[in-house]
Amino acid sequence: MVLQLIKQKWFYLAILAIALAVPLLVPNRYFFQIIIISCIFAIATLSMNLILGYTGQASLAHAGFFGIGAYGVGLMTKAGVSFWLALPASALLAALVGFLIGIPTLRTRGSYFAIATLCFGVIVSIIAGNWVSLTGGHTGVVGIPRPSPIPLPLAGEITFQTQTAQYYLVLAFLLLTLFVMHRLVYSLQGLSFMAVRNNEVLADAVGINTFATKMLSFVVANFFAALAGGIYASIIGSISPSTASYTLTFNWLVYLLLGGAATLSGPIAGAFAIPILMEYMQFLEEYRQLIFGALLIVVIIYFPRGLMGGLASLRVKAVNYSHRRKAGVPSAAESGKPDQAF
Amino acid sequence: MYRVLLKVENLTKHFEGLVAVSEVSFGVNRGDILAIIGPNGAGKTTVFNLISGMLRPTSGKIYLNGEDISGLKPYHIAHKGIARTFQTTALFDQLRVVDNLAIGYKLRTSSGFWSTIFHTRRWKEDRAGCEAKIMETLGFIGLAEKALHFVSTLSQEEQKRLAIGVALMSSPRVILLDEPTGGLIQEETDGITNLIKKMKAAGLTICIIEHKMRMIMDLADRIVVLNFGEKIAEGTPEEVSKDQAVIEAYLGGDYVA
Repeated sequence: MVLQLIKQKWFYLAILAIALAVPLLVPNRYFFQIIIISCIFAIATLSMNLILGYTGQASLAHAGFFGIGAYGVGLMTKAGVSFWLALPASALLAALVGFLIGIPTLRTRGSYFAIATLCFGVIVSIIAGNWVSLTGGHTGVVGIPRPSPIPLPLAGEITFQTQTAQYYLVLAFLLLTLFVMHRLVYSLQGLSFMAVRNNEVLADAVGINTFATKMLSFVVANFFAALAGGIYASIIGSISPSTASYTLTFNWLVYLLLGGAATLSGPIAGAFAIPILMEYMQFLEEYRQLIFGALLIVVIIYFPRGLMGGLASLRVKAVNYSHRRKAGVPSAAESGKPDQAF
Repeated sequence: MYRVLLKVENLTKHFEGLVAVSEVSFGVNRGDILAIIGPNGAGKTTVFNLISGMLRPTSGKIYLNGEDISGLKPYHIAHKGIARTFQTTALFDQLRVVDNLAIGYKLRTSSGFWSTIFHTRRWKEDRAGCEAKIMETLGFIGLAEKALHFVSTLSQEEQKRLAIGVALMSSPRVILLDEPTGGLIQEETDGITNLIKKMKAAGLTICIIEHKMRMIMDLADRIVVLNFGEKIAEGTPEEVSKDQAVIEAYLGGDYVA
């Protein structure tokens, strides 16, 4: 057990070391940009995981809130507001909008909730495309400034003009998101989310205010979706209604389901693996979509918990098998899902 | 301190034209076991659903320790101190035994979002309290060995024990058990009966729906008999077993003793 913990710690440290060394490892600027965008989308997918994976409410408004964050930061920073003020302000705005949208939609269940939130997401991108005086219509917002430099007491300031600096910025936000999600999930609060997902009637009967629990999950998820959107606007420099389009939501949904919903590693694995695989499969052109479609069906049927969930159960099976061989007894107690401990 | 901890007054529930529960009144004394019995469709589970807030009464009142709790939402009533189990065993079946128990403790805790993120002292106290209560409850329901197992690997009887354990985690004032031994064989029924006796010995006030007469006669302090939504008898097990209306309800009007 202890040995396993140490091994796990080294494993995570190794991944962190690789993440820190990415600027030295990337072959070219183009690939580096894919990694940076993957980091941003990993934040979006992680937050979607909170409401969809852990709380079991299939919110399809995620790109809408990403868009609110992107337009908020884009418009505010162009008007001269510091990025470091515009980013939390936009994320809080999205959290507030999420709260208001949640009041009617979170009273619906299952596919009705999915449809209601999908509608909201579509409305956001329609507004972005038609409120020309504010959003610039379908041309969008261009020339969004890079994140404002951070002044340092002695050594001048940190600027975000290079890809390397931008990468470390998004990595820091990704780690922050992961930290918050980890704290939430491995707590009674996280168990309440899973209780609502698993059996809402029982959760209600044991004293969990299911509406407030869903609302908390929805608001936090939307806050981080907008955070990702705000960073995206500032790093990419231009946004358009497609930044809030539901096609983004469905991309993240695919990352989430393939990577593994209701795990913390799954959304990150999905957000990196799929865009990178897509790049290496360029030669297949449009057939790539076909392959991912088929892959999605296979995963949903045979690995309902995605890649990371599937790997975890394989490991449990392997451990159980070796225990049986050693002791001659089955050890069902080992079958703990690592991501659902309190 | 009221001697009658849970009191139901003229409780009535209509579903469209159907009268499911009609003018039912009874009280549960502190520390007692009250059994509600009656043929299928008599309205027993509806009474539980009304008390636990899953249904709103058409008319009538429910008092807990003198406080009117009729018409409150289920989670609100749970906070007031009424826990329940369900006829078809309800558990969080995607989670482990300990997780199920921990969720039952949620209403005892006060840490919110920020305490959870920053692991404040309150959060740590809540966690310590939760862990202590889990250890206590695991021992009480006899599932200590299965603490880390998933619900799906438990036997039917273990699942029923766990459902009672989840209800006990909130240290309720009254616990409502809806057919806690439904679908169990005799040995398993005895196990659950012993658990219920242990709960009474620990000072809990219990309200129980059951079909197994022998078990109920042995267990209950008082019995309420329902038929077609109305109370037809109330009293000690001895009184009820001799009641003519009860015998007719169970064995049919033509039965001659």
